[in-house]
Amino acid sequence: MATETTGETASTCVGVDGSAIGMPQLCFDWWPNQIFWLLLTLVVIYFVLSRIALPRISAVLAERAGTITNDIAAAEELKQKAQEAEAAYEKALADARAEAQRIVAESKAEIQAELDAEMAKADAEIAARTAESEKAIAEIQANAMDSVKDVAKDVAKDIVAAMGGKADARTVTAAVNARMKG
Amino acid sequence: MATETNGGESSLVFHPMDQFIVEPLFGNGPIHWYTPTNVTLWMALAVVGVILLLVVGTRRRAIVPNRTQSIAELAYGFIYKMVEDVAGKDAVGFFPYIMTLFMFIVFANFLGLVPTAFTTTSHFAVTVVLALAVFLTVTIVGFVKNGSKFLGLFWVSSAPLALRPILAVIELISYFVRPVSHSIRLAGNLMAGHAVIKVFAGFAAIALVSPLSVLAITAMYGLEVLVSFIQAYVFTILTCVYLKDALHPSH
Repeated sequence: MATETTGETASTCVGVDGSAIGMPQLCFDWWPNQIFWLLLTLVVIYFVLSRIALPRISAVLAERAGTITNDIAAAEELKQKAQEAEAAYEKALADARAEAQRIVAESKAEIQAELDAEMAKADAEIAARTAESEKAIAEIQANAMDSVKDVAKDVAKDIVAAMGGKADARTVTAAVNARMKG
Repeated sequence: MATETNGGESSLVFHPMDQFIVEPLFGNGPIHWYTPTNVTLWMALAVVGVILLLVVGTRRRAIVPNRTQSIAELAYGFIYKMVEDVAGKDAVGFFPYIMTLFMFIVFANFLGLVPTAFTTTSHFAVTVVLALAVFLTVTIVGFVKNGSKFLGLFWVSSAPLALRPILAVIELISYFVRPVSHSIRLAGNLMAGHAVIKVFAGFAAIALVSPLSVLAITAMYGLEVLVSFIQAYVFTILTCVYLKDALHPSH
């Protein structure tokens, strides 16, 4: 094996034409190099992760969880407030309704009382008028009776005279009075 | 590192493994342990990717995240939940470590899918170190937290007494096989997928089968996208499972 001829590759794992001899994975000449750079890489990644990246991401996640919790709490609070406002509104509405009903009932009672008073007054007036009218009617009736008596007397006297009799005024009056009673 | 079909017009020459060659970035000198190579380049790109996603992507710290921040938070939540669910609540101290493993593997895998890229996680050198790191961590944590009780992991107290020594041997073997399977699973999956794509690409040189070849490469690429994520996920969740054994060794 003329190793000095492979000056450009300088390795027992690479052939003269630049292609691999066997598995490059099993070329132990390269292991120290790979292991050194791997360890360096791992140390760098480890420090970057543990010093910067992971604390930052964990802080962001915690902050987000906190924000979400706070927002949910705030939403819950606002919901509570809305419910309270709704209850207050309902209560105000019920109060207003009760007040309105009370006012309606009051007005009704007032009007009823007024109405009753007016009715009583009217009734009394009507009664007075009725009595007055009855009195007038009775008067008229009495007058009419007297007139009827006079007319009956005259008519009876005339009929008796016409029949050729002589009417005694006293007898006629008695007869008429007797008839009128009956 | 395209597959060279430099063997002439008629004969196909496949070099599916050439894509895994480690080369110096500058010049052609020998590769020492400190030489900047394509390994360095693609690992650095993985670091840049991790920083872009998890640091630059979250720089606004927005309550309502944008797309990049959403992905970063998704990755964080995904791994955090995995650690918590699989390894237990007392394992969250290992979360940065497991997150490091996951982010590195997932970025290395996906960067390896960029055409002409070098896939760092397809090398046993990389995955063996990762798996050994997990193995050593789990073993040390197991003994530190539980003392000799950690050995109860191998002594299946729910089995009949006569079977226990046999099961102990099996458990012991399976425990020590863990880093092997852990590392070979990741590197093997990626290496195989990338090599198969190269082989299909080699067939594209024949005009007659090249449409089929392109189709096969496309299908394989889709599969590799899945494999990239799934292997990162599997590596991470197995780490969590092993960690659970270390923290709660009772069967």
